[in-house]
Amino acid sequence: MSNKKQSVTKDIFKIAVVDAFKKLDPRVMIRNPVMFVVEIGFVVTLLLSFMPNLFGGNYGAKQIPFNVVISFILLITVLLGNFAEAIAEGRGKAQAESLRRTKTDLMAQRRSKDDSYESVPASTLRKGDIIRVLAGEMIPADGEVKEGLGSVDESAITGESAPVIRGAGGDFSSVTGGTKLLSDQLVIEVAVNPGESFLDKMIGLVEGASRQKTPNEIALTVLLAGLTLIFLIVVLTLSPFANYVKGSIDTVSLIALLVCLIPTTIGALLSAIGIAGMDRIIRFNVVAKSGKAVEAAGDVNTLILDKTGTITIGNRLASQFIPVGSHSLSELVNVAVLSSLFDETPEGRSVIDLAHKEYEFGLQLEDYNDAENVEFSADTRMSGLNLQDGTVVRKGAVDAIKQFIKNKGGRIPEDLDAKKERIAKEGGTPLAVTKDQEVFGLIYLKDIIKSGMRQRFEELRKMGIKTVMCTGDNPLTASTIALEAGVDDFIEEAKPEDKMRLIKKEQSQGKLVAMSGDGTNDAPALAQADVGLVMNTGTTAAKEAGNMVDLDSDPTKLIEVVSIGKQLLITRGSITTFSIANDVAKYFAILPAMFATMIPQLQILNIMGLTSPRSAILSAIIFNALIIPALIPLAMKGVKYRPIGATSLLMRNLMIYGLGGILVPFVGIKLIDIIITALGIANI
Amino acid sequence: MTWLGIIQILLVLGIVLLVAIPLGGYLYRVFSGQRSWLERVYAPCEKVLYKLSGINPTVEMDWKAYIKPLLLVNFIMMLFVYLILRLQGHLPLNPDHIPSMPWDLAFNTAASFITNTNWQNYAGESTLSYLSQTMAITYLQFTSAATGLVAVIAFLRGLVGKRAKMFGNFWVDFVKVHTRLLLPAAFILALVFVGLGLPQTFSGAQTVHTLQGASQTISRGPIASLEAIKQLGTNGGGFMNANSAHPFENPNVITNILEIIAMAVIPTALIFTFGRFLKKRRQAVILYVFLVAMMLLGTLLVYWSETSGNPILHKVLGISNVSMEGKEVRFGLPLDSLFVGATTAFTTGAVNLMHDSLTPLGGFVPMLFMMLNMVFGGKGVGLLNIIMYLIITVFIAGLMVGRTPEIFGKKIEAREIKLATLTLLIHPFLILFASAIALVTKTGVASIANPGLHGFSEILYAFSSAAANNGSAFGGLSGNTPFYNIMLGVVMLLGRYISIVAMFAIAGSLIRKPVVPESAGTLRTDTFAFGGVFAAIALIVGALTFFPALALGPIAEHLQMWSGVLSK
Repeated sequence: MSNKKQSVTKDIFKIAVVDAFKKLDPRVMIRNPVMFVVEIGFVVTLLLSFMPNLFGGNYGAKQIPFNVVISFILLITVLLGNFAEAIAEGRGKAQAESLRRTKTDLMAQRRSKDDSYESVPASTLRKGDIIRVLAGEMIPADGEVKEGLGSVDESAITGESAPVIRGAGGDFSSVTGGTKLLSDQLVIEVAVNPGESFLDKMIGLVEGASRQKTPNEIALTVLLAGLTLIFLIVVLTLSPFANYVKGSIDTVSLIALLVCLIPTTIGALLSAIGIAGMDRIIRFNVVAKSGKAVEAAGDVNTLILDKTGTITIGNRLASQFIPVGSHSLSELVNVAVLSSLFDETPEGRSVIDLAHKEYEFGLQLEDYNDAENVEFSADTRMSGLNLQDGTVVRKGAVDAIKQFIKNKGGRIPEDLDAKKERIAKEGGTPLAVTKDQEVFGLIYLKDIIKSGMRQRFEELRKMGIKTVMCTGDNPLTASTIALEAGVDDFIEEAKPEDKMRLIKKEQSQGKLVAMSGDGTNDAPALAQADVGLVMNTGTTAAKEAGNMVDLDSDPTKLIEVVSIGKQLLITRGSITTFSIANDVAKYFAILPAMFATMIPQLQILNIMGLTSPRSAILSAIIFNALIIPALIPLAMKGVKYRPIGATSLLMRNLMIYGLGGILVPFVGIKLIDIIITALGIANI
Repeated sequence: MTWLGIIQILLVLGIVLLVAIPLGGYLYRVFSGQRSWLERVYAPCEKVLYKLSGINPTVEMDWKAYIKPLLLVNFIMMLFVYLILRLQGHLPLNPDHIPSMPWDLAFNTAASFITNTNWQNYAGESTLSYLSQTMAITYLQFTSAATGLVAVIAFLRGLVGKRAKMFGNFWVDFVKVHTRLLLPAAFILALVFVGLGLPQTFSGAQTVHTLQGASQTISRGPIASLEAIKQLGTNGGGFMNANSAHPFENPNVITNILEIIAMAVIPTALIFTFGRFLKKRRQAVILYVFLVAMMLLGTLLVYWSETSGNPILHKVLGISNVSMEGKEVRFGLPLDSLFVGATTAFTTGAVNLMHDSLTPLGGFVPMLFMMLNMVFGGKGVGLLNIIMYLIITVFIAGLMVGRTPEIFGKKIEAREIKLATLTLLIHPFLILFASAIALVTKTGVASIANPGLHGFSEILYAFSSAAANNGSAFGGLSGNTPFYNIMLGVVMLLGRYISIVAMFAIAGSLIRKPVVPESAGTLRTDTFAFGGVFAAIALIVGALTFFPALALGPIAEHLQMWSGVLSK
């Protein structure tokens, strides 16, 4: 999907316009109390457009054009609100459409009882069925690889064009329906029933079909409904008040005042903000199973990150050669390179890279093409090669090499242990290098912290989020890396139970915990955590347990997910503040206009100098309508989150949306009034 | 307006602060169960009281168990007072042979005093027997203040508590408020008042012969004792119809200052008690700064407006300068302005001048304070309203820092917002709807003395006073009709109990939530930035609601006056 980051296309726009009308259905509108009141206002003003004296009074034909215009603007206001929601949904729908295309009627080869394979439609596959997929075929359903190993193109789901390896056993055994097997052959056990697949779930999510209001959204809706009720009381009682002081206010003006005062801006954009927030997560290639999870991400207090693959790049790399005994550095480098000549592991490659980059070495690599490769094994804990002339070159764990030398009757240099200790103390891994019966020195393997991690942890600290690193390393190594990466805390020699214990401990203190994981043994912890981000490469059990799936399988995304969660809340709060602050200017526009004939002295409140009572009411209500589309882009994009501390952030957003919310409408209403006056309809 | 005048105002507020800080600490120690050296005096007395009334002081209550006896006791007390008022003609301590009250006035009076409002649709000296003045009025002035106080104390315990049953024990609190605060304080203040010339007697009214030979009846009675709790308990219901403008209730500048301090000190102290419960002194300081600033601005507006006088009087009669109509010369304008501000900010309702005679803006300020109902506010319930606004502020501002809003570490979710919105809603609902009903009915309009905008202000003021449980009257409105007795009575009851119950329910819900530890991402509520947002939200949400009504009333009246038009 990342390669299809479409914004609003023409199609989406068209569908959204149609949907905006469809959503006028009162049964749909009532879910949004603020906009429902506007819709009722529209109906009443519409009636008054035809029958201006419906609620008494003697208004005559002169009132009709004004009523018609107000009625029209109210309709536009409701439609703009609906449009905002529709366009937010529209983007999701477009994504769902492209996903659905991958889910065409596939055929699957299902294993029958007699172990032969029969062709059946993919839609008939049930959980537990065994299927076979050949190279070039689409994988018809989500499942676990039981046999075989192959490369899979998952670009339909992840947008990542590089194929990934999937194979039986281990943590890379889960495959997703709708992806394509590029090589070899896989035997897969189907993990889901039709309609429950990952793809189905994703389509439901991006379409917003399974969207439920999040807890915070519900609370805000309650507050907005309450404010609407308060302003309804204000407007309903205004007429008797005015009557008492021998004045009267027409119903249409009262409705206009009501619509201006109730928080229509946030009311119209609230659900769009929520949908767009989910959408942002999806466009980030993370699928959240619920909006609640996204909101929870914004509240996270503690982040548990695995060291390997998250904080450090997956492998340790050679960073230094340390000779021991009487051997010189260049001797050591030569032996080290020799030992790694056929070593295809990242560690091995890094030895040769380091030697190339920082040391001179006089070996002609071609001379050793006929040497015998000795691969690493868990028993020997060494690797290397045997030359034709009988020379034995090895590198490996220091203990293993020491044993190896002792067995051969060799001598261990005295400074070996001290140097090994030093490396271990610094958090590195020492590898001893030997040729024949002599130890030449040590290779210093080091964890390489991903670039930018330190800065990100700094940012997290400013957000008030504690980071905890989990590692299987010994305490010494763990503390060194923790210090270097700048995490707040670490658990060393961590087992899955330790993670679980940590999560429970933090949660008992009222904290919200986020973690990422992929393995089956992470599943309980992922389920316990408030936010569990599972790698798409992870096992099915893990994916079931977590509440978000990262399609790119990049654990550091947890940090971005937190930001997006915060952004969602900030956008809601900012537009609410803006909406409420707008009321000040609207009062100053409409009140003097309403009371103009009753109490002329109140004209002093017309500080904007609006042309006439009617142009004042019109300008205010047009501004009220236009501010909705003006803020749609902000609602979609979200207010940027800055990790600058809560109070500074509050001040910043208050200045923009609070103070701005007070000032902008003064300018906007005045401008609209000038245009209305220029058009000659100020006294409509 | 003179600097000397402003200094007078600041000086009195300074004294209030100096007394309030230690008093706030004292209240905290009393109600958080800390022992003090006074324990030896109080504990045995209280033990006797517990024994006599069958209270088990060790019982801990949750919010429902606490609020039930609170409401029940209030109901019984109201019924008791209603009966005394209805039967006072047949009961003792009635030297002036005052008849029993009619049912509607008795209902209004009972509702008024049980709710700490002290709206008086009667003239005390000619409508109440001494038994009623003491057993009904003074009695409820103690217990209604105590009800508000224990309500907020229990609420604060709920706010910081960790288990559902940490609201304390209603009975114990109710006894302690009396024994450890109201009774001793009122006793001492009453003695001081007697020393300063307030009458305290059970003899009937005295008939004297004037120099011109005419005879005059001078009312008197147990005034000093009532006056003390009237001010301390933010009650405001005077012995005399003229309230604190009467020389027997408020004879001189010293008693005037004492009365201002007495009504201001406990609500101010509660802000600091709040800080102590939260273990956040700074929170109390920030709140105090913004509340006192609002209070001071209002007071200065009154002072300025009254000093500016009335331009129409100047034009027609040549009277310029300060508006002295309806004011007592012996107090001076600065302290008069402070009294006006304080009596409505602290929702006491005592008056030392006629609010009806204030300039329009001078009358605007007390109305605004009652509509806001959170500029310190009355005994206890004021702080509840402040916390309601804090919750609304935290909810909106908290979103802007990117977290689910928390108040003092507890998450604010739909249930809390629902209840806080109800509390927010009930106040404008009562004021505006009741005013509208009064204005569209014939009986409602018939009671208005002045026509036009001022008459509108009289109605608006009356219902604001009732809904805010303030009790001060604008005057001009003849409230002693069945219509107003019932309407105002109902508004007072709803205005008090709905918000108390709703706020208790919030505390009951918050107490069950875990405390989220503070971090760099937490919105701090004890900063000046937050205090500013709090004040702005209170003004925009609280005051803008009333802007149209205020524009039609005092604001229009002010504009008309300065453009030389007489209100018609």
